[in-house]
Amino acid sequence: MEVAEERPSASPPPIVHAGEAQILRLYIAGQTPRSVAAFANLKRICEEHLAGRYRIEVIDLVQNPQLAAGDQILAVPTLVRRLPEPVRRIIGDLSNAERVLVGLDVRPAR
Amino acid sequence: MAKLAKTPTGIEGFDEITEGGLPTGRPSLVCGGAGCGKTLFAISFLVHGATRFDEPGVFMSFEESTDELAQNVASLGFDLPGLIQKKKIALDHVRIDRSEIEETGDYDLEGLFIRLGYAIDSIGARRVVLDTIESLFSGLSSESILRAELRRLFRWLKDKGVTALITGERGEGTLTRQGLEEYVSDAVILLDHRVTDEISTRRLRIVKYRGSAHGTNEYPFLIDEDGIAVLPVTTLGLGHAVSSERISTGVARLDTMLGGEGYFRGSTILVSGTAGSGKSSLAAHFVDATCRRGERALAFLFEESPAQVMRNMRSIGIDLQPWVDRGLLEFHAARPSAFGLEMHLSRMHRAIDRFSPSVVVLDPVSSLLGVSAAADVHGTLMRLVDYLKGAGITALMTSLSHGKTEQERTDTAISSIVDNWLLLVTLESSGERNRGLYVLKARGMSHSNQIREFLLTDHGVELIDVYAGAAGVLTGSARLSQEAEEQAAALVQEQELERRQRALARLKTTFEAELAALRAKFETEQAELASGIIQQQARAARLKEDRREMARSRRADAGNGGDRPPRKDDAKVKER
Repeated sequence: MEVAEERPSASPPPIVHAGEAQILRLYIAGQTPRSVAAFANLKRICEEHLAGRYRIEVIDLVQNPQLAAGDQILAVPTLVRRLPEPVRRIIGDLSNAERVLVGLDVRPAR
Repeated sequence: MAKLAKTPTGIEGFDEITEGGLPTGRPSLVCGGAGCGKTLFAISFLVHGATRFDEPGVFMSFEESTDELAQNVASLGFDLPGLIQKKKIALDHVRIDRSEIEETGDYDLEGLFIRLGYAIDSIGARRVVLDTIESLFSGLSSESILRAELRRLFRWLKDKGVTALITGERGEGTLTRQGLEEYVSDAVILLDHRVTDEISTRRLRIVKYRGSAHGTNEYPFLIDEDGIAVLPVTTLGLGHAVSSERISTGVARLDTMLGGEGYFRGSTILVSGTAGSGKSSLAAHFVDATCRRGERALAFLFEESPAQVMRNMRSIGIDLQPWVDRGLLEFHAARPSAFGLEMHLSRMHRAIDRFSPSVVVLDPVSSLLGVSAAADVHGTLMRLVDYLKGAGITALMTSLSHGKTEQERTDTAISSIVDNWLLLVTLESSGERNRGLYVLKARGMSHSNQIREFLLTDHGVELIDVYAGAAGVLTGSARLSQEAEEQAAALVQEQELERRQRALARLKTTFEAELAALRAKFETEQAELASGIIQQQARAARLKEDRREMARSRRADAGNGGDRPPRKDDAKVKER
């Protein structure tokens, strides 16, 4: 569960290059409608924009509560991009695809 | 209805003013400005719970990291890493960095609940601290979600049955920036750190405590190397028990002035006087007498260092060092301006609690006047006196009076709360100053109303009678010279008397001599007179004889002796 937490804030957010894999972790708390929706949204966005270049791990905190502290999870659902660095967190049901892509540095923020 | 269950915080004084601590199984809020001691208050609550009440606790920090926190409280003697290892305390640092969080759509804070729940369950926690949960507002943008989740959180904490303490930063016109007080309705504690006249004072107030009686005052509290201590002020009232036991003042003549036995145990004594009038010396005697009985004395010095006091007292023959060595005497020296009045009071309170002395000396209380207004000093001292009386501790306070007005200030501030008031005055006359002592007030005992001259000798304080005569009250050399004059006058009178006695004796001798002479003269006269009468009688007898002889020779009738009626020729005889 080691996560690199430090990140120089001055550096510009790198744009993801083709071929670079996104390692994504979706934290949920039980099979709630919101977590189901979040997973579905994430799956769809990744298939559309990152086909073949992503891996999703779903962590249910109800079953693994000890994992919440390590990744500094407060809100649920939280999507954590562990790689490539820097670590990014996107909270919410991921219903806004545009913002998810900005959050994942797939698209630059407008 | 059952009384509200309470969970002791173990914070000195706080459990007294809340009559037991924080409401058990409910969330309480402690709020205040930056640096007012919120975190310290909260961590003390947890650590005391873990170490003294066998109640493990979870500390969820939204600000300081685990390491920072451990370091900060290590100075108070709290061993956080040790307690964490023993599973007495669980620490979780919640870090929120808005710059790395993107919000898309709906969410809740279930993650926080799970983290907290996990921490609680992992050590069986009974206590929870959230410090400062308001940081969430700066990390997450959706206020409506946050507010709903906070409401849910506090309800959840209640359901969990843990006694929770939530800290909050004070806002403009509100108790907390985000209005946390709306969610925490059971107990709200406000901490305050105020600076008045460049002196800072920490205060604590219970703003709200549902279902429980609590003190509503602002209570001063202090943070030092021993942690937080709140001073439960006043509230003791006048219900304290009194003792009729008397204890020596340490000066035999003063005991005599106070009805022969000294002060009442548990009473309060004020010794006021001008500079150098011997107040500290009188206090030192009292301390010495106390330690001599094997009792403990605690002295608070506001002007001198302990070493200085001991040196000065040695010069009048009082050695306090042995008492210090034997642990019967303790000094606490602090400049009046070092802290605010409340801080002084709190520190004194704490020192008294620890040392449990039977006698407390404050030398001099008047210097506290420099720190605060007289009314505050009055309040502070009254609280201290109430506390001391409640504990049956005899207190001696000295008060320096500079001039008339200053003295009055001190007097109004202190005199009404003391039982005994000794006034030391300097009597200035004929170019010298001498010390005098009055007993102005001595509640509940007969006492001398006379002034005594107060001498500081190399074997301590001595009280002697002053000369009080036609010429007024005289002390020092004036008294001595007056006494000498009186002695001389008495001598002269005595001599005069002797002289007159001698004169009388002489007169008596003369009188007796003259009496003897007169008597002799009288007796001579008498003797002469007696012999004269005899001679006269003899002469008369002879004359008669002669006449008879003559008659016989003239052949007169026998019956015509001397007794015959006169005849013509008798007249002739007469004519011859």
